[in-house]
Amino acid sequence: MTEAGNLVLDVRGVTLQYKTPQHLVTATYRIDLEVYESDRFVILGPSGCGKSTLLKAIGGFMAPIEGDIFLRGKKVVKPGPDRMMVFQEFEQLMPWKTALGNVLFPMKATGRFKGKEAYERATAALSKVGLAKFVDSYPHMLSGGMKMRVAIARAMAMEPDILLMDEPFAALDALTRRKMQEDLLALWDQLKFTVLFVTHSIEEAIRVGSRILVLSPHPGRVRAEMNSSYSLGQPLDDAAFGLLSKKIHDLVFEDEAEAKLPGALV
Amino acid sequence: MSGGLIVKTQQVARPEFDRVPIDATTVGEVVRPLSPLQRLLDNALFRRCAILAALALIWQLYALWLHNSLLFPTLTDTLKVMIHDFGDGTLLKRTEASLEVLLIGYAAGVVLAAVLTTLAVSTRLGDDILSTLTAIFNPLPAIALLPLALIWFGLGTPSLVFVLVHGVLWAIALNTSSGFRSVPETLRMSGRNYGLSGVRYVVTVLMPAAFPSILTGIKIGWAFAWRTLIAAELVFGVSSRSGGLGWYIFEAREELNTSSVFAGLLTVIIIGLLVESVLFRTIEAHTVEKWGMQR
Repeated sequence: MTEAGNLVLDVRGVTLQYKTPQHLVTATYRIDLEVYESDRFVILGPSGCGKSTLLKAIGGFMAPIEGDIFLRGKKVVKPGPDRMMVFQEFEQLMPWKTALGNVLFPMKATGRFKGKEAYERATAALSKVGLAKFVDSYPHMLSGGMKMRVAIARAMAMEPDILLMDEPFAALDALTRRKMQEDLLALWDQLKFTVLFVTHSIEEAIRVGSRILVLSPHPGRVRAEMNSSYSLGQPLDDAAFGLLSKKIHDLVFEDEAEAKLPGALV
Repeated sequence: MSGGLIVKTQQVARPEFDRVPIDATTVGEVVRPLSPLQRLLDNALFRRCAILAALALIWQLYALWLHNSLLFPTLTDTLKVMIHDFGDGTLLKRTEASLEVLLIGYAAGVVLAAVLTTLAVSTRLGDDILSTLTAIFNPLPAIALLPLALIWFGLGTPSLVFVLVHGVLWAIALNTSSGFRSVPETLRMSGRNYGLSGVRYVVTVLMPAAFPSILTGIKIGWAFAWRTLIAAELVFGVSSRSGGLGWYIFEAREELNTSSVFAGLLTVIIIGLLVESVLFRTIEAHTVEKWGMQR
């Protein structure tokens, strides 16, 4: 904690549990992480490492049974518009509102921006994500990538302290996904927002992230944290990309590698 | 893989190519307007009117063939009686009386259903209460409560309204709460993300999201209300100073005036058709269809 003023999100020793009809599942165990201003902080891990559950807890949708979450020094206890979430599912948009209506809704619902200012912010946000022509379209008329853009515009127009993205591009096709990653970076280049991004794709983590946290599964615990200097201005060369990818890959799959080792020797 | 299976891996040699797409301007317009006939056949209103006309024709032909105006009057006779009775105001007055009671009962039912389901969606106790009450009262025919209503409220509008509310309330509550339950979790979470809770959350997020189900409930409730009312009026429509359509039908039967019975029934049908195909269709077209929630 060199510059405490820049610390946006502070997760300290957070253990999360949830109930299924049959079991009490421990999703994460004593997770620590710190996200600073303008970080593109990626949480990476295989399925079952509790990364989505952790994001829900940061969003305020569930309370940790141990540990605390602080947003700009204030303890997180319930959902709030200072942490705007972007989900993977397209259903996050309200089908009864146009693209513009969807972006306007949280501004008006929270009373944070009103009237003309809200309208101007919403149209500006939509044109930033390249949807200036589609402000009056309803979600069902938009493609998957466009719906995701609306969701991102909606979250960004609120100027949250932190943007929480839960595998936002996972439901998109590979080409659209690449485009969206690049566009997100371009947007970050302009606005330098703070974003916490959950993904299970190593490639996406390296492309999108400036800092990558690797979780180990069952239950999710902190395994490693590393820097990725990939961004629009200074892309990693193929060799460095491959090296980092290999390093993360080994971290994520180390359990399987160990499990296979005895068999391989025989 | 096992013995005997031979996999041929010889590939056909094909040259690579890279070319400019062929000229497509000869296709003419890529987007071509449909012909008037096609558009007419795609018009649901036109198709439904055609079906109605066919039914009317069958009615007329059958009645002519039967030639017994006491059992089955012709469409033209029925229409004559209808026009006459609307002209002298009897049928109009009866219709007004029915519609007035209907609207009071229906509105009360809708409001009660909204309150109950909002409570049900906000608290677990409310949910348990609503589902238990719905399970108890939904299968109970509204008309079966009429004797009770007569004891409690006497002959008159309050009894009818009571029975109507019972007929409407549970159908709407059942559909609305099942609609609320089927709202996607992601949409709920994004609503709560903005700090919405309580009534504001229900009104701005849950209600529009569950609107297809709510609309179904409202439509079913309307049909229930209509049929309950007519049945109740048949039983004791005389009570209230001016009876409704049910009473009109009952009176006509007493006088063996079959054309008037048919005129009364036709009025009920026409009002039902209008509400269904004009009012509810318009609501549907401007909400669930426009939002892509229903085709």
